[in-house]
Amino acid sequence: MKYLDEFRDPILAKKILAEIHKTVTKPWVIMEICGGQTHSIIRNGIDQVLPKEIELVHGPGCPVCVTPLEIIDKAIAIAGKPNVIFTSFGDMLRVPGSKKDLFMVKSEGGDVRTVYSPLEALTIAKNNPKKEVVFFAVGFETTAPGNAMAIHQAAKEGIANFSELVSHVLVPPAMEALLSSPENRVQGYLAAGHVCTIMGWEEYDPIAEKYQVPIVPTGFEPVDVLEGILLVVKQLEEGRYEVENQYLRSVKREGNQPAQELISKIYKITDRKWRGIGEIPQSGLSIREQYSAYDANLKFSVEDIQTNEPELCISGVILQGLKKPNECPAFGKECTPTTPLGATMVSSEGACAAYYKYQRMGK
Amino acid sequence: MKIENLSCPLPIMDHKTIQLAHGAGGQLSNDLIDTLFLPRFSNKTLNAMEDQAVLDFPGKRLSFSTDTFVVDPIFFPGGNIGELAINGTVNDVAMCGAKPLFLSVAFILEEGLPMEDLHQILISMEIAAKKAGVTIVTGDTKVVNKGSCDKIFINTTGIGVLESDLNIASSQIKMGDKIILSGTLADHGMAVMTSRDGLSFQSRVKSDTAALNGLIDSMLKGSNNIHALRDPTRGGVATTLNEFARSSNLGISLIEENIPVKSDVKGACEILGIDPLYVANEGKLIAVVSNEDAPNILDAMKNHPLGKDAVIIGEVVSNHPGMVTMKTGLGANRIVDMPIGEQLPRIC
Repeated sequence: MKYLDEFRDPILAKKILAEIHKTVTKPWVIMEICGGQTHSIIRNGIDQVLPKEIELVHGPGCPVCVTPLEIIDKAIAIAGKPNVIFTSFGDMLRVPGSKKDLFMVKSEGGDVRTVYSPLEALTIAKNNPKKEVVFFAVGFETTAPGNAMAIHQAAKEGIANFSELVSHVLVPPAMEALLSSPENRVQGYLAAGHVCTIMGWEEYDPIAEKYQVPIVPTGFEPVDVLEGILLVVKQLEEGRYEVENQYLRSVKREGNQPAQELISKIYKITDRKWRGIGEIPQSGLSIREQYSAYDANLKFSVEDIQTNEPELCISGVILQGLKKPNECPAFGKECTPTTPLGATMVSSEGACAAYYKYQRMGK
Repeated sequence: MKIENLSCPLPIMDHKTIQLAHGAGGQLSNDLIDTLFLPRFSNKTLNAMEDQAVLDFPGKRLSFSTDTFVVDPIFFPGGNIGELAINGTVNDVAMCGAKPLFLSVAFILEEGLPMEDLHQILISMEIAAKKAGVTIVTGDTKVVNKGSCDKIFINTTGIGVLESDLNIASSQIKMGDKIILSGTLADHGMAVMTSRDGLSFQSRVKSDTAALNGLIDSMLKGSNNIHALRDPTRGGVATTLNEFARSSNLGISLIEENIPVKSDVKGACEILGIDPLYVANEGKLIAVVSNEDAPNILDAMKNHPLGKDAVIIGEVVSNHPGMVTMKTGLGANRIVDMPIGEQLPRIC
């Protein structure tokens, strides 16, 4: 398949790997931001073949893992209301709230549907004018334009029975939060390729400069990831700290401007709590006042949400790259994908799920 | 910045009600069988946990199997629920080397089902039964209130006869055996998924639904050294191989680059974020065969139209018993796990 097979070519991948082995002389800690990259690394066994000097730590770039419990509980409460069709990307359905998950709401008779695009949710709203259709708008900058488009269209076509429960998060503030933490170990970033496709990489320049870390927007196939690692390692070895683009076929410096304009037309930047990390200032998106008619948060009064998040697992430490999933005492024992203790084990992009799925032998 | 809140939610350990994932063929389905069904119905034949029961009578051995079909949509590219119901049970009966002979068919119809749809489904069942060489000898029909079922559900049960000395079962799998896959992966599952309501993209992916008893006949002519056979339907190749690894207590090691997937199917899987190893097939089989006879059996398969793309995808090993692993293009190893429930589309 074009644009895919050439970036999975084992011969090319092995060449880049040899180049990495030649370049590295000192130990380095590199974080890949995006859960998609984590999965590619574990699935292809990239961490098994890298030189021992390079330690990859897995970043918070899994939107499912960082969606705060209050919002999941709110989603569950709204989805259980009688006149509601609750739509969501599939990943969110198995994430446990305080008492249950969205799958259980469905089995109790709630109308919970998986969609692949918020525009499908809008079509459902058009076809069911007597129902309230709510879309669970989670994700990073990658999914924000589509979610903004759904509200834009709803306003344009006057579809009043559509709304979004928004929990969007922004990547650069989280990268900065991790770097400024006293426990930080990260010396270089593979930035999330798809996020940069939308937003470009201008906003990374000041971060690279301020914290003196190389930042490389990187794709998701094995050749991409290895190339990204090579670019970061070269910079680290040479003492440089720049933003350097690996994902040339998709990322432009300025990003996708029409998409950015649409995002800022519908959403505004707000403080946001990240599950496992805590509140990060200016790190989320919420719906602007002029579109508040489409804000499920305002449309549905959901009272009495009492979140219950006991400290049972170390997903927060894992999301910050301080520990590896298999260093958790519960990993593979009390905590498995069937009985997850944390969102990092639930989501297909979560680091714990990736370790469990592909690499638990002999560990 | 000081980082707080290093916590996460309580697990949802025990479901008080049936979830869709209990029927998806993965870990939750297994839990249901192990904790609820087997303890009550336990007996030697059932405990073998094959897709069919092999029943010994004086001078005769029978293969007996049943399956219920609830696919949505009922018409999909490459087939419909009717031929699926015939081929599915024929295949389950045949996967021990038996010759399928007789089927029962039971329908649950939803009030309001268009007569024309039923008619079309019956015509394809008639054709599929003829092709597979089986006779439908008994049946039943129930009609339920609108909303009590989804258009049409079909149950088929099949009986076949077995050459008396054949013993094809996952318990026969041996170290060093080769694993042969009869053709490309994931065609059926992706055909159904891409034709579901709400998924607005065009694809040319077609279901592979087919009766495999003819292919098995040809294989047995090539060699009797077939140790295990199974059609990787719900849960896909990954689930079937995990079942093999667990019941034989041996490991299975796959080679990623040998696994055949059509490029259209691969594309659909990429877009939806689904791993073809976990997607249902309805016209493919996995054979675990002795190392020595693998070339013969592979040749016999390649000479049959339903096995022309057959390929050796891996072997049975003694390390990591009970587990399936795959050698990646980079030469690293990863686990191919049992799925938990339904494959969820990825978020981005």
